[in-house]
Amino acid sequence: MADKGELIEIRWHGRGGQGAVTSAELLAQAAVSEGKYAHAFPSFGPERRGAPVLAFVRIDAMKPLKIRAEITEPDIVVVLDPGLLQIIDVTSGLKAGGMVVLNTRKQAEQIKQEFGINCPLATVDATGIARELLGVPITNTTMVGAVLRASGVVKLESLIEPLKHRFGRLAERNINSMKRAYDETLIKE
Amino acid sequence: MADKVGIEVSVAIGDAVKLARADVVAAYPITPQTHIVEHLAELVASGELDAAYIPVESEHSAMSACLGAAATGARVFTATAGQGLELMHEVVYVASSMQLPMVMTVANRALSAPLSVWGDHSDVMSVRDVGWIQIFTENGQEVVDNVLCAFRIAEDRRVLLPVMVHLDGFHLSHMIEPILFPEQAEVDRFLPPNQYPFPLDTAKPVTMGAFAPPVIYSETKKAQEVNIRASQEVIIECWREFGDAFGRYYSPVEGYHSEDARVLLLTMGSFSETAMTAIDRMRDDGKSVGLVRLRLWRPFPFEEIRRAVKEAEVLIVVDRALSFGGPGGPVCSEVRSALYGEAKRPKVVSFVGGLGGRDISLDGFEAIVSRGMEIAETGSEREFEMFGVRE
Repeated sequence: MADKGELIEIRWHGRGGQGAVTSAELLAQAAVSEGKYAHAFPSFGPERRGAPVLAFVRIDAMKPLKIRAEITEPDIVVVLDPGLLQIIDVTSGLKAGGMVVLNTRKQAEQIKQEFGINCPLATVDATGIARELLGVPITNTTMVGAVLRASGVVKLESLIEPLKHRFGRLAERNINSMKRAYDETLIKE
Repeated sequence: MADKVGIEVSVAIGDAVKLARADVVAAYPITPQTHIVEHLAELVASGELDAAYIPVESEHSAMSACLGAAATGARVFTATAGQGLELMHEVVYVASSMQLPMVMTVANRALSAPLSVWGDHSDVMSVRDVGWIQIFTENGQEVVDNVLCAFRIAEDRRVLLPVMVHLDGFHLSHMIEPILFPEQAEVDRFLPPNQYPFPLDTAKPVTMGAFAPPVIYSETKKAQEVNIRASQEVIIECWREFGDAFGRYYSPVEGYHSEDARVLLLTMGSFSETAMTAIDRMRDDGKSVGLVRLRLWRPFPFEEIRRAVKEAEVLIVVDRALSFGGPGGPVCSEVRSALYGEAKRPKVVSFVGGLGGRDISLDGFEAIVSRGMEIAETGSEREFEMFGVRE
Protein backbone atom coordinates (compact mmCIF):
# COMPACT_ATOMS: atom_id res chain seq x y z
CA MET A 1 0.00 0.00 0.00
CA ALA A 2 2.61 2.53 1.12
CA ASP A 3 4.82 1.81 -1.89
CA LYS A 4 2.34 3.64 -4.09
CA GLY A 5 3.54 6.82 -2.49
CA GLU A 6 0.25 7.57 -0.85
CA LEU A 7 -0.24 8.53 2.73
CA ILE A 8 -1.44 5.58 4.82
CA GLU A 9 -3.11 6.41 8.12
CA ILE A 10 -3.55 3.71 10.75
CA ARG A 11 -5.56 4.02 13.96
CA TRP A 12 -5.02 1.51 16.75
CA HIS A 13 -7.69 0.74 19.33
CA GLY A 14 -6.60 -1.03 22.48
CA ARG A 15 -6.87 -0.90 26.22
CA GLY A 16 -4.24 0.66 28.46
CA GLY A 17 -1.57 -2.00 29.05
CA GLN A 18 -2.17 -3.95 25.84
CA GLY A 19 0.60 -2.18 24.01
CA ALA A 20 -1.21 -0.29 21.25
CA VAL A 21 1.26 2.56 21.60
CA THR A 22 4.20 0.18 21.35
CA SER A 23 2.73 -1.43 18.21
CA ALA A 24 2.37 1.95 16.59
CA GLU A 25 5.93 2.88 17.54
CA LEU A 26 7.40 -0.37 16.20
CA LEU A 27 5.53 -0.06 12.91
CA ALA A 28 6.75 3.52 12.41
CA GLN A 29 10.33 2.51 13.22
CA ALA A 30 10.13 -0.31 10.68
CA ALA A 31 8.83 2.08 8.02
CA VAL A 32 11.61 4.60 8.77
CA SER A 33 14.18 1.81 8.48
CA GLU A 34 12.82 1.17 4.96
CA GLY A 35 13.55 4.80 4.11
CA LYS A 36 9.90 5.83 4.29
CA TYR A 37 8.53 8.81 6.14
CA ALA A 38 6.54 7.74 9.17
CA HIS A 39 5.46 8.88 12.57
CA ALA A 40 3.60 7.36 15.49
CA PHE A 41 1.97 8.82 18.55
CA PRO A 42 -0.50 7.94 21.28
CA SER A 43 -3.80 9.61 22.06
CA PHE A 44 -2.02 11.90 24.43
CA GLY A 45 -2.60 11.95 28.12
CA PRO A 46 -2.44 10.02 31.37
CA GLU A 47 -3.61 6.60 30.22
CA ARG A 48 -5.09 4.11 32.64
CA ARG A 49 -4.68 0.35 32.50
CA GLY A 50 -7.77 -1.23 31.01
CA ALA A 51 -9.30 1.97 29.65
CA PRO A 52 -9.78 2.32 25.88
CA VAL A 53 -6.76 4.00 24.26
CA LEU A 54 -5.82 5.07 20.77
CA ALA A 55 -2.52 5.17 18.94
CA PHE A 56 -1.78 6.46 15.47
CA VAL A 57 0.68 5.77 12.65
CA ARG A 58 1.16 7.65 9.40
CA ILE A 59 3.39 6.24 6.67
CA ASP A 60 4.25 7.91 3.38
CA ALA A 61 6.82 6.37 1.05
CA MET A 62 7.45 9.60 -0.84
CA LYS A 63 6.80 12.78 1.12
CA PRO A 64 7.77 14.03 4.59
CA LEU A 65 4.73 14.11 6.87
CA LYS A 66 3.59 17.62 7.60
CA ILE A 67 0.64 17.14 9.87
CA ARG A 68 0.37 16.95 13.63
CA ALA A 69 -3.17 16.07 14.52
CA GLU A 70 -4.94 12.87 15.48
CA ILE A 71 -6.11 10.60 12.67
CA THR A 72 -9.86 10.93 12.22
CA GLU A 73 -10.16 9.32 8.77
CA PRO A 74 -7.95 6.23 8.85
CA ASP A 75 -7.17 3.83 6.01
CA ILE A 76 -6.70 0.97 8.46
CA VAL A 77 -8.20 0.43 11.90
CA VAL A 78 -6.54 -2.13 14.18
CA VAL A 79 -8.44 -3.49 17.18
CA LEU A 80 -6.36 -5.26 19.83
CA ASP A 81 -9.26 -6.12 22.10
CA PRO A 82 -12.44 -7.67 20.64
CA GLY A 83 -14.47 -6.33 23.58
CA LEU A 84 -13.96 -2.79 22.31
CA LEU A 85 -16.43 -3.46 19.48
CA GLN A 86 -19.20 -3.46 22.09
CA ILE A 87 -18.43 0.07 23.30
CA ILE A 88 -16.77 1.93 20.41
CA ASP A 89 -17.62 2.36 16.75
CA VAL A 90 -14.12 1.45 15.59
CA THR A 91 -15.04 2.11 11.96
CA SER A 92 -15.75 5.79 12.70
CA GLY A 93 -14.30 7.94 9.91
CA LEU A 94 -12.84 4.94 8.06
CA LYS A 95 -12.00 5.94 4.49
CA ALA A 96 -13.82 4.35 1.56
CA GLY A 97 -11.73 1.30 0.67
CA GLY A 98 -10.45 1.13 4.25
CA MET A 99 -10.02 -2.01 6.30
CA VAL A 100 -10.41 -3.27 9.87
CA VAL A 101 -7.87 -5.67 11.39
CA LEU A 102 -9.37 -7.41 14.42
CA ASN A 103 -8.19 -9.71 17.17
CA THR A 104 -10.99 -12.27 17.52
CA ARG A 105 -11.65 -15.98 17.72
CA LYS A 106 -14.88 -15.55 15.81
CA GLN A 107 -15.40 -15.88 12.07
CA ALA A 108 -15.15 -12.63 10.09
CA GLU A 109 -18.64 -13.18 8.63
CA GLN A 110 -20.16 -13.40 12.11
CA ILE A 111 -18.40 -10.21 13.26
CA LYS A 112 -19.48 -8.35 10.13
CA GLN A 113 -23.11 -9.26 10.74
CA GLU A 114 -23.03 -8.69 14.48
CA PHE A 115 -21.48 -5.22 14.28
CA GLY A 116 -22.57 -4.13 10.80
CA ILE A 117 -19.03 -3.84 9.45
CA ASN A 118 -19.21 -3.43 5.66
CA CYS A 119 -15.54 -3.02 4.80
CA PRO A 120 -12.89 -5.73 4.36
CA LEU A 121 -12.13 -7.38 7.70
CA ALA A 122 -8.92 -9.19 8.62
CA THR A 123 -9.15 -11.48 11.64
CA VAL A 124 -6.73 -13.49 13.75
CA ASP A 125 -6.90 -15.07 17.20
CA ALA A 126 -4.11 -12.89 18.56
CA THR A 127 -5.05 -13.54 22.20
CA GLY A 128 -4.72 -17.30 21.63
CA ILE A 129 -1.33 -16.87 19.90
CA ALA A 130 -0.04 -14.48 22.57
CA ARG A 131 -1.12 -16.77 25.42
CA GLU A 132 0.58 -19.71 23.77
CA LEU A 133 3.84 -18.06 22.66
CA LEU A 134 4.26 -15.15 25.11
CA GLY A 135 2.45 -16.60 28.10
CA VAL A 136 0.42 -13.39 28.50
CA PRO A 137 -2.64 -12.06 26.68
CA ILE A 138 -0.80 -8.96 25.42
CA THR A 139 -1.56 -8.84 21.73
CA ASN A 140 0.33 -5.85 20.42
CA THR A 141 3.28 -7.47 18.65
CA THR A 142 1.04 -10.31 17.47
CA MET A 143 -1.37 -7.85 15.88
CA VAL A 144 1.50 -6.15 14.06
CA GLY A 145 1.83 -9.43 12.15
CA ALA A 146 -1.85 -9.29 11.24
CA VAL A 147 -1.56 -5.69 10.02
CA LEU A 148 1.40 -6.56 7.82
CA ARG A 149 -0.44 -9.51 6.32
CA ALA A 150 -3.57 -7.48 5.71
CA SER A 151 -1.91 -4.35 4.32
CA GLY A 152 1.71 -5.04 3.35
CA VAL A 153 2.41 -1.56 4.62
CA VAL A 154 5.98 -2.55 5.54
CA LYS A 155 7.95 -5.78 5.15
CA LEU A 156 7.83 -8.37 7.92
CA GLU A 157 11.65 -8.41 8.08
CA SER A 158 11.71 -4.69 8.80
CA LEU A 159 10.07 -5.33 12.19
CA ILE A 160 12.81 -7.70 13.40
CA GLU A 161 15.32 -5.01 14.42
CA PRO A 162 12.82 -2.74 16.16
CA LEU A 163 11.46 -5.77 18.07
CA LYS A 164 14.95 -6.84 19.11
CA HIS A 165 15.78 -3.33 20.25
CA ARG A 166 12.55 -2.98 22.18
CA PHE A 167 12.27 -6.41 23.80
CA GLY A 168 15.86 -7.65 24.18
CA ARG A 169 15.77 -11.22 25.47
CA LEU A 170 12.00 -11.38 24.99
CA ALA A 171 12.30 -10.37 21.35
CA GLU A 172 12.34 -13.86 19.88
CA ARG A 173 8.98 -14.80 21.39
CA ASN A 174 7.47 -11.59 20.13
CA ILE A 175 8.92 -12.14 16.66
CA ASN A 176 7.45 -15.64 16.64
CA SER A 177 4.04 -14.31 17.68
CA MET A 178 4.13 -11.71 14.96
CA LYS A 179 5.10 -14.30 12.31
CA ARG A 180 2.45 -16.74 13.49
CA ALA A 181 -0.24 -14.05 13.27
CA TYR A 182 1.07 -13.08 9.84
CA ASP A 183 0.55 -16.68 8.70
CA GLU A 184 -2.85 -17.16 10.34
CA THR A 185 -4.59 -13.88 9.48
CA LEU A 186 -7.66 -14.33 7.29
CA ILE A 187 -9.04 -11.57 5.13
CA LYS A 188 -12.75 -11.34 4.33
CA GLU A 189 -13.58 -8.82 1.62
CA MET B 1 26.43 9.88 7.20
CA ALA B 2 24.18 7.68 9.27
CA ASP B 3 20.61 6.78 8.33
CA LYS B 4 17.52 8.29 9.85
CA VAL B 5 16.19 6.42 12.85
CA GLY B 6 12.61 6.24 14.07
CA ILE B 7 12.80 7.52 17.62
CA GLU B 8 10.68 9.32 20.19
CA VAL B 9 11.55 13.02 20.08
CA SER B 10 12.09 13.19 23.87
CA VAL B 11 14.57 10.33 23.71
CA ALA B 12 16.29 11.99 20.75
CA ILE B 13 16.77 15.13 22.85
CA GLY B 14 18.55 13.04 25.49
CA ASP B 15 20.80 11.64 22.76
CA ALA B 16 21.48 15.16 21.44
CA VAL B 17 22.49 16.30 24.94
CA LYS B 18 24.83 13.32 25.07
CA LEU B 19 26.32 14.30 21.69
CA ALA B 20 26.80 17.80 23.13
CA ARG B 21 28.79 16.22 26.00
CA ALA B 22 26.85 17.94 28.77
CA ASP B 23 28.64 17.94 32.12
CA VAL B 24 25.68 18.47 34.44
CA VAL B 25 21.99 17.63 34.18
CA ALA B 26 19.71 18.72 37.03
CA ALA B 27 16.02 18.19 36.47
CA TYR B 28 12.72 17.19 37.97
CA PRO B 29 10.37 15.02 35.91
CA ILE B 30 7.06 16.47 34.75
CA THR B 31 4.69 15.49 31.94
CA PRO B 32 5.20 15.89 29.00
CA GLN B 33 8.90 16.44 29.51
CA THR B 34 9.64 13.37 31.66
CA HIS B 35 11.01 11.09 28.94
CA ILE B 36 13.79 13.58 28.19
CA VAL B 37 15.32 13.51 31.66
CA GLU B 38 14.44 9.85 32.17
CA HIS B 39 16.55 8.99 29.14
CA LEU B 40 19.37 11.25 30.31
CA ALA B 41 19.30 9.55 33.73
CA GLU B 42 19.68 6.21 31.93
CA LEU B 43 22.57 7.51 29.81
CA VAL B 44 24.39 8.80 32.89
CA ALA B 45 23.67 5.63 34.92
CA SER B 46 24.96 3.39 32.12
CA GLY B 47 28.10 5.47 31.72
CA GLU B 48 27.29 6.42 28.13
CA LEU B 49 27.21 10.06 29.17
CA ASP B 50 29.98 11.18 31.50
CA ALA B 51 27.98 13.77 33.42
CA ALA B 52 26.73 14.54 36.90
CA TYR B 53 22.99 13.91 37.13
CA ILE B 54 21.61 15.85 40.09
CA PRO B 55 18.22 14.57 41.20
CA VAL B 56 16.32 17.36 42.92
CA GLU B 57 13.02 17.67 44.78
CA SER B 58 11.54 20.44 42.62
CA GLU B 59 12.06 22.54 39.53
CA HIS B 60 13.05 25.48 41.72
CA SER B 61 15.96 23.39 42.95
CA ALA B 62 16.67 22.05 39.46
CA MET B 63 17.26 25.55 38.14
CA SER B 64 19.21 26.51 41.28
CA ALA B 65 21.52 23.54 40.78
CA CYS B 66 21.93 24.50 37.12
CA LEU B 67 22.94 28.03 38.13
CA GLY B 68 25.65 26.75 40.45
CA ALA B 69 26.89 24.25 37.89
CA ALA B 70 26.98 26.85 35.08
CA ALA B 71 28.92 29.21 37.34
CA THR B 72 31.72 26.64 37.54
CA GLY B 73 31.97 26.60 33.75
CA ALA B 74 30.20 23.27 33.27
CA ARG B 75 28.02 22.56 30.23
CA VAL B 76 24.55 22.43 31.76
CA PHE B 77 21.20 21.05 30.62
CA THR B 78 17.73 20.84 32.10
CA ALA B 79 14.19 20.37 30.89
CA THR B 80 10.76 21.22 32.19
CA ALA B 81 7.18 22.00 31.22
CA GLY B 82 4.04 23.78 32.36
CA GLN B 83 3.71 23.92 36.14
CA GLY B 84 7.36 22.94 36.47
CA LEU B 85 8.43 26.07 34.63
CA GLU B 86 6.12 28.10 36.87
CA LEU B 87 7.69 26.69 40.02
CA MET B 88 11.14 27.38 38.57
CA HIS B 89 10.16 30.90 37.64
CA GLU B 90 12.08 33.16 40.03
CA VAL B 91 15.35 31.32 39.45
CA VAL B 92 14.93 31.44 35.67
CA TYR B 93 15.48 35.22 35.78
CA VAL B 94 18.68 34.76 37.75
CA ALA B 95 20.28 32.57 35.09
CA SER B 96 19.94 35.22 32.40
CA SER B 97 20.72 38.17 34.66
CA MET B 98 23.91 36.48 35.87
CA GLN B 99 24.84 35.59 32.28
CA LEU B 100 25.04 31.89 33.01
CA PRO B 101 24.91 29.84 29.79
CA MET B 102 22.78 26.68 29.87
CA VAL B 103 20.20 24.95 27.72
CA MET B 104 16.65 24.07 28.76
CA THR B 105 14.14 22.26 26.59
CA VAL B 106 10.55 23.14 27.46
CA ALA B 107 7.88 20.64 26.39
CA ASN B 108 5.24 23.34 26.17
CA ARG B 109 2.20 22.64 28.30
CA ALA B 110 -1.02 24.33 29.41
CA LEU B 111 -1.29 25.74 32.93
CA SER B 112 -3.68 24.80 35.73
CA ALA B 113 -6.51 25.15 36.61
CA PRO B 114 -8.27 23.09 35.44
CA LEU B 115 -5.41 20.59 35.47
CA SER B 116 -4.18 19.88 31.96
CA VAL B 117 -1.02 18.00 31.07
CA TRP B 118 -1.57 18.72 27.38
CA GLY B 119 0.20 21.17 25.15
CA ASP B 120 -0.11 24.86 24.45
CA HIS B 121 2.05 27.96 24.87
CA SER B 122 0.73 29.28 28.20
CA ASP B 123 3.94 28.28 29.98
CA VAL B 124 6.08 29.99 27.34
CA MET B 125 4.26 33.28 27.72
CA SER B 126 4.84 33.36 31.46
CA VAL B 127 8.60 33.38 30.78
CA ARG B 128 8.45 35.78 27.85
CA ASP B 129 10.32 38.53 29.69
CA VAL B 130 12.89 36.53 31.68
CA GLY B 131 15.79 37.42 29.39
CA TRP B 132 16.50 33.98 27.93
CA ILE B 133 17.04 33.38 24.24
CA GLN B 134 14.02 31.35 23.09
CA ILE B 135 13.83 29.17 19.99
CA PHE B 136 10.76 27.33 18.67
CA THR B 137 10.85 24.03 16.80
CA GLU B 138 8.43 22.25 14.49
CA ASN B 139 9.68 18.66 14.37
CA GLY B 140 12.07 16.28 16.09
CA GLN B 141 14.94 17.00 13.74
CA GLU B 142 14.68 20.69 14.47
CA VAL B 143 14.74 20.02 18.21
CA VAL B 144 17.88 17.90 17.98
CA ASP B 145 19.60 20.43 15.71
CA ASN B 146 18.61 23.38 17.85
CA VAL B 147 19.67 21.75 21.13
CA LEU B 148 23.16 21.50 19.61
CA CYS B 149 22.98 25.09 18.32
CA ALA B 150 21.62 26.28 21.68
CA PHE B 151 24.72 25.15 23.57
CA ARG B 152 26.95 26.92 21.09
CA ILE B 153 24.91 30.13 21.17
CA ALA B 154 24.61 30.13 24.97
CA GLU B 155 28.31 29.61 25.56
CA ASP B 156 29.53 32.02 22.85
CA ARG B 157 31.78 34.61 24.50
CA ARG B 158 29.72 37.35 22.78
CA VAL B 159 26.46 36.03 24.27
CA LEU B 160 26.74 34.13 27.58
CA LEU B 161 23.00 33.70 28.01
CA PRO B 162 20.78 30.74 28.78
CA VAL B 163 18.72 29.36 25.88
CA MET B 164 15.29 27.71 25.89
CA VAL B 165 14.41 25.35 23.08
CA HIS B 166 10.62 25.04 22.94
CA LEU B 167 8.88 21.94 21.64
CA ASP B 168 5.15 21.37 21.80
CA GLY B 169 4.18 18.96 24.55
CA PHE B 170 2.92 15.63 23.16
CA HIS B 171 2.51 16.90 19.57
CA LEU B 172 6.28 16.93 19.44
CA SER B 173 7.64 15.44 22.68
CA HIS B 174 5.79 12.13 22.30
CA MET B 175 6.10 11.59 18.55
CA ILE B 176 8.09 8.73 17.12
CA GLU B 177 9.53 10.12 13.90
CA PRO B 178 12.58 9.91 11.62
CA ILE B 179 15.61 11.79 12.91
CA LEU B 180 19.11 12.04 11.53
CA PHE B 181 21.84 12.18 14.17
CA PRO B 182 25.18 13.75 13.38
CA GLU B 183 28.33 11.82 14.19
CA GLN B 184 30.10 12.59 17.47
CA ALA B 185 33.17 13.92 15.63
CA GLU B 186 31.00 16.31 13.59
CA VAL B 187 29.33 17.59 16.75
CA ASP B 188 32.70 18.02 18.45
CA ARG B 189 33.88 20.14 15.52
CA PHE B 190 30.74 22.27 15.61
CA LEU B 191 30.53 22.60 19.38
CA PRO B 192 33.86 23.25 21.09
CA PRO B 193 34.18 22.77 24.88
CA ASN B 194 32.58 25.42 27.08
CA GLN B 195 35.07 28.10 28.03
CA TYR B 196 33.14 30.20 30.47
CA PRO B 197 35.32 33.24 31.11
CA PHE B 198 34.57 33.79 34.82
CA PRO B 199 34.23 30.35 36.42
CA LEU B 200 34.00 29.95 40.18
CA ASP B 201 37.51 29.20 41.31
CA THR B 202 38.72 29.23 44.93
CA ALA B 203 42.15 30.32 43.73
CA LYS B 204 40.65 33.31 41.91
CA PRO B 205 37.49 34.30 43.78
CA VAL B 206 34.80 36.33 42.02
CA THR B 207 31.50 37.75 43.24
CA MET B 208 28.43 36.70 41.28
CA GLY B 209 24.90 38.04 41.49
CA ALA B 210 25.79 40.82 43.87
CA PHE B 211 23.40 43.20 45.61
CA ALA B 212 22.53 46.18 43.37
CA PRO B 213 21.25 49.43 44.90
CA PRO B 214 19.41 51.97 42.69
CA VAL B 215 22.70 53.52 41.70
CA ILE B 216 23.64 50.52 39.54
CA TYR B 217 20.55 48.31 38.94
CA SER B 218 19.32 50.19 35.83
CA GLU B 219 22.76 49.99 34.25
CA THR B 220 22.92 46.23 34.71
CA LYS B 221 19.47 45.85 33.14
CA LYS B 222 20.42 48.08 30.21
CA ALA B 223 23.52 45.98 29.64
CA GLN B 224 21.37 42.83 29.69
CA GLU B 225 18.97 44.30 27.14
CA VAL B 226 21.79 45.38 24.82
CA ASN B 227 23.35 41.95 25.17
CA ILE B 228 20.28 39.88 24.26
CA ARG B 229 19.50 42.09 21.24
CA ALA B 230 23.08 41.73 20.04
CA SER B 231 22.84 37.96 20.41
CA GLN B 232 20.61 37.79 17.33
CA GLU B 233 23.62 38.23 15.08
CA VAL B 234 25.42 35.35 16.81
CA ILE B 235 22.30 33.17 16.62
CA ILE B 236 22.04 33.78 12.86
CA GLU B 237 25.76 33.11 12.43
CA CYS B 238 25.44 29.85 14.42
CA TRP B 239 22.48 28.67 12.31
CA ARG B 240 24.38 29.50 9.12
CA GLU B 241 27.42 27.54 10.24
CA PHE B 242 25.22 24.68 11.42
CA GLY B 243 23.66 24.63 7.95
CA ASP B 244 27.05 24.65 6.26
CA ALA B 245 28.15 21.72 8.44
CA PHE B 246 24.96 19.63 8.45
CA GLY B 247 22.90 20.85 5.49
CA ARG B 248 19.90 22.06 7.50
CA TYR B 249 19.52 25.84 7.74
CA TYR B 250 17.44 27.82 10.22
CA SER B 251 16.38 31.48 10.36
CA PRO B 252 14.60 33.72 12.89
CA VAL B 253 11.57 33.86 10.57
CA GLU B 254 10.86 31.24 7.93
CA GLY B 255 8.34 31.28 5.13
CA TYR B 256 6.29 28.71 3.28
CA HIS B 257 4.84 29.93 -0.03
CA SER B 258 4.82 33.30 1.68
CA GLU B 259 6.50 35.54 -0.87
CA ASP B 260 3.69 36.01 -3.35
CA ALA B 261 0.77 35.35 -0.99
CA ARG B 262 -2.03 37.85 -0.55
CA VAL B 263 -3.06 36.25 2.74
CA LEU B 264 -0.52 35.02 5.28
CA LEU B 265 -0.93 32.77 8.29
CA LEU B 266 1.61 33.18 11.08
CA THR B 267 2.28 30.33 13.52
CA MET B 268 4.91 29.28 16.04
CA GLY B 269 5.79 25.68 16.94
CA SER B 270 4.76 22.28 15.61
CA PHE B 271 1.31 23.35 14.40
CA SER B 272 3.17 25.08 11.58
CA GLU B 273 3.56 21.67 9.93
CA THR B 274 -0.19 21.08 9.81
CA ALA B 275 -0.60 24.66 8.61
CA MET B 276 1.83 23.96 5.73
CA THR B 277 -0.25 21.03 4.50
CA ALA B 278 -3.38 23.19 4.81
CA ILE B 279 -1.60 25.87 2.73
CA ASP B 280 -0.83 23.24 0.07
CA ARG B 281 -4.51 22.31 -0.10
CA MET B 282 -5.67 25.93 -0.31
CA ARG B 283 -3.12 26.73 -3.02
CA ASP B 284 -4.37 23.72 -4.98
CA ASP B 285 -7.77 25.42 -4.80
CA GLY B 286 -6.22 28.54 -6.30
CA LYS B 287 -6.07 30.63 -3.13
CA SER B 288 -3.20 33.05 -2.65
CA VAL B 289 -2.22 31.89 0.83
CA GLY B 290 1.14 31.43 2.51
CA LEU B 291 2.65 30.80 5.93
CA VAL B 292 5.16 32.66 8.05
CA ARG B 293 6.72 30.74 10.95
CA LEU B 294 8.32 32.45 13.88
CA ARG B 295 11.34 30.46 15.06
CA LEU B 296 13.15 33.00 17.22
CA TRP B 297 10.81 34.22 19.95
CA ARG B 298 13.47 36.09 21.96
CA PRO B 299 15.23 38.23 20.93
CA PHE B 300 12.20 39.11 18.79
CA PRO B 301 13.20 39.42 15.12
CA PHE B 302 11.47 42.72 14.30
CA GLU B 303 13.12 43.42 10.95
CA GLU B 304 12.68 39.87 9.68
CA ILE B 305 8.97 39.87 10.59
CA ARG B 306 8.42 43.22 8.86
CA ARG B 307 10.17 41.98 5.74
CA ALA B 308 8.30 38.67 5.72
CA VAL B 309 4.79 40.16 5.83
CA LYS B 310 5.05 43.56 4.18
CA GLU B 311 3.67 42.57 0.78
CA ALA B 312 0.64 40.72 2.16
CA GLU B 313 -2.84 42.24 2.47
CA VAL B 314 -3.98 40.14 5.41
CA LEU B 315 -1.93 38.56 8.19
CA ILE B 316 -3.68 35.98 10.37
CA VAL B 317 -1.78 35.16 13.57
CA VAL B 318 -2.68 31.93 15.37
CA ASP B 319 -1.65 31.86 19.03
CA ARG B 320 -1.76 28.89 21.40
CA ALA B 321 -2.03 31.04 24.54
CA LEU B 322 -4.29 33.71 25.98
CA SER B 323 -3.50 37.01 27.62
CA PHE B 324 -6.55 37.26 29.87
CA GLY B 325 -8.25 40.60 29.58
CA GLY B 326 -5.55 41.69 27.19
CA PRO B 327 -5.14 41.96 23.45
CA GLY B 328 -5.64 38.26 22.69
CA GLY B 329 -2.76 36.22 21.35
CA PRO B 330 0.64 37.15 22.78
CA VAL B 331 2.47 36.46 19.52
CA CYS B 332 -0.03 38.63 17.68
CA SER B 333 0.60 41.50 20.12
CA GLU B 334 4.29 41.41 19.33
CA VAL B 335 3.66 41.25 15.60
CA ARG B 336 1.21 44.17 15.76
CA SER B 337 3.83 46.16 17.70
CA ALA B 338 6.48 45.37 15.15
CA LEU B 339 4.22 46.59 12.32
CA TYR B 340 2.59 49.59 13.99
CA GLY B 341 5.02 52.17 12.67
CA GLU B 342 5.12 50.78 9.14
CA ALA B 343 3.52 52.83 6.37
CA LYS B 344 2.70 49.69 4.38
CA ARG B 345 1.46 46.79 6.45
CA PRO B 346 -1.15 44.03 6.22
CA LYS B 347 -4.38 44.00 8.20
CA VAL B 348 -3.62 41.86 11.25
CA VAL B 349 -6.19 39.38 12.59
CA SER B 350 -5.70 37.48 15.86
CA PHE B 351 -6.89 33.96 16.61
CA VAL B 352 -6.28 31.87 19.71
CA GLY B 353 -6.68 28.11 19.38
CA GLY B 354 -5.15 24.74 20.15
CA LEU B 355 -5.32 25.30 23.90
CA GLY B 356 -4.72 22.45 26.34
CA GLY B 357 -3.77 19.95 23.64
CA ARG B 358 -6.68 20.50 21.28
CA ASP B 359 -5.70 19.81 17.68
CA ILE B 360 -6.12 22.32 14.91
CA SER B 361 -6.80 20.10 11.90
CA LEU B 362 -6.25 20.81 8.21
CA ASP B 363 -9.91 21.83 7.94
CA GLY B 364 -9.37 23.96 11.04
CA PHE B 365 -6.60 25.99 9.43
CA GLU B 366 -8.71 26.42 6.30
CA ALA B 367 -11.59 27.69 8.45
CA ILE B 368 -9.24 30.10 10.25
CA VAL B 369 -8.09 31.52 6.92
CA SER B 370 -11.66 32.01 5.64
CA ARG B 371 -12.83 33.62 8.86
CA GLY B 372 -9.66 35.73 9.03
CA MET B 373 -10.27 37.07 5.52
CA GLU B 374 -13.86 37.85 6.47
CA ILE B 375 -12.73 39.79 9.55
CA ALA B 376 -10.13 41.67 7.51
CA GLU B 377 -12.91 42.66 5.09
CA THR B 378 -15.67 43.59 7.50
CA GLY B 379 -13.82 44.20 10.76
CA SER B 380 -14.62 42.65 14.15
CA GLU B 381 -15.79 44.11 17.44
CA ARG B 382 -13.41 41.82 19.31
CA GLU B 383 -9.65 42.13 19.72
CA PHE B 384 -9.33 38.48 18.76
CA GLU B 385 -11.35 35.33 18.20
CA MET B 386 -10.98 31.96 19.82
CA PHE B 387 -11.00 29.21 17.24
CA GLY B 388 -12.97 26.00 17.65
CA VAL B 389 -14.37 26.82 21.06
CA ARG B 390 -17.91 25.80 22.03
CA GLU B 391 -19.86 28.81 23.21
